[in-house]
Amino acid sequence: MNYNWNWSIFFEPSPEGVGTYADMLLSGLVWTIATALSSWVIAFCLGSVVGVMRTLPSKAAQAIGTAYVELFRNIPLLVQMFLWYFVAPELLPEKLGSAIKQLPNAPFYTAVVCLGLFTAARVAEQVRAGILALPRGQRMAATALGLTVAQSYRYVLLPNAYRIILPPLTSEFLNNLKNTSVALTIGLLELTARARAMQEFSFQVFEAFTAATVLYIAINLVVIVAATLLERAVAVPGTR
Amino acid sequence: MFSNFDFGVIASSLPYLFGQGMVFTVTLTALAAAMGVVFGTLIAMMRLSGIPGISHLAKGYVELMRSLPLVLVIFWFYFLVPYIGAWATRSPTPIQVGAFSSALITFTLFEAAFFSEIMRAGIQSIPKGQTAAAQALGMTYWQTMATVVLPQAFRNMLPLLLTQTIVLFQDTSLVYVLSLTDFLGAASKVAQRDGRLVEMYLFAAVVYFAVCFTASFLVRRLHSRVAIIR
Repeated sequence: MNYNWNWSIFFEPSPEGVGTYADMLLSGLVWTIATALSSWVIAFCLGSVVGVMRTLPSKAAQAIGTAYVELFRNIPLLVQMFLWYFVAPELLPEKLGSAIKQLPNAPFYTAVVCLGLFTAARVAEQVRAGILALPRGQRMAATALGLTVAQSYRYVLLPNAYRIILPPLTSEFLNNLKNTSVALTIGLLELTARARAMQEFSFQVFEAFTAATVLYIAINLVVIVAATLLERAVAVPGTR
Repeated sequence: MFSNFDFGVIASSLPYLFGQGMVFTVTLTALAAAMGVVFGTLIAMMRLSGIPGISHLAKGYVELMRSLPLVLVIFWFYFLVPYIGAWATRSPTPIQVGAFSSALITFTLFEAAFFSEIMRAGIQSIPKGQTAAAQALGMTYWQTMATVVLPQAFRNMLPLLLTQTIVLFQDTSLVYVLSLTDFLGAASKVAQRDGRLVEMYLFAAVVYFAVCFTASFLVRRLHSRVAIIR
């Protein structure tokens, strides 16, 4: 193995003119985190709605929820990314389509929408599983107390369900974070894309990828610690 | 909206899309899944072995693979495999590895981490008494595993293993980042050659959906048939 290691490469100026290679990777990290957080907002809200729909008494709501989940789970993320980036603007009315194409940071907005809708299907499955894991008596008790369906979800079912599914939701959040790297195919300059660019400019393949690997592991650890703290903070006293 | 939708471009590229693209995707999925399950089972056995160094090594490997994005892992192996090959064959220069072999190694090793988690649950689902009984009969560790534990673990976990294989089938589309001609890569090449992005990407989505939806429906049916009533 004769590979020329050069760890000081990170402090050399990048060919982009501003900053070093380290700055380049860190700007990628910022885009990764921004994309992950923004898409998670969509995923969490929409996923909760779809997950609840799948447990409602109404057959129509169940069918819509199931259709959503099946549609978004059975198409690869990369294909969905291309559909939103290349196909969706063409199918919209011409003016709106070209306005979208000319947006600054179009890859970012596309990636946020695409990941949000993709992850929402996964969140919906978790929310549904959480609600179904509750004893049936809880729903009955809520009805017996005279709560409407909406009230029983708001005050009885969802507060319990979210606590149950916190660990799987954490891993969905991490999946969402990792999936942001797929957006490099539509030109989002996130962490993996920046590591790849650094490799192409500097030819220091393994330094670039090692740095990206370390950064991904670091965010993972931060998220896991935060999730553990959150789990402790919201635990119902006396349940464990 | 669909007024200038051109079905001709899809029809004329069908032999290319399926003859090359889909064959590549299916071959990669099948080989990576088969080898991934074998490696995954070995990793799960290492992790459950209780031998300090070995179980930590397995745990570290699984955690590492699970915390990295697949795209980054694809890039890692694409550049790393030639060097590992050179080291293994004592060659002074990095060896040439075909794009398909590189992708196959990547997906096998990456998916092995996920299969190992499934197999770990499968092995743990077998009551301890069975292992104890096998040992009481004088069976060695490998005999116990091969004839008592693993056959049942595979049976119990078959639906999950197949579901993970469907995920793998979708994930193979990411070889796009290496410009390989899998199904999506083929669709993308035709799309860019003919300027027909809308038709080709929508068609690719429909095909992936049809395959994955059918496969997961069949897995659900299988699940209800093989489920052991306890």
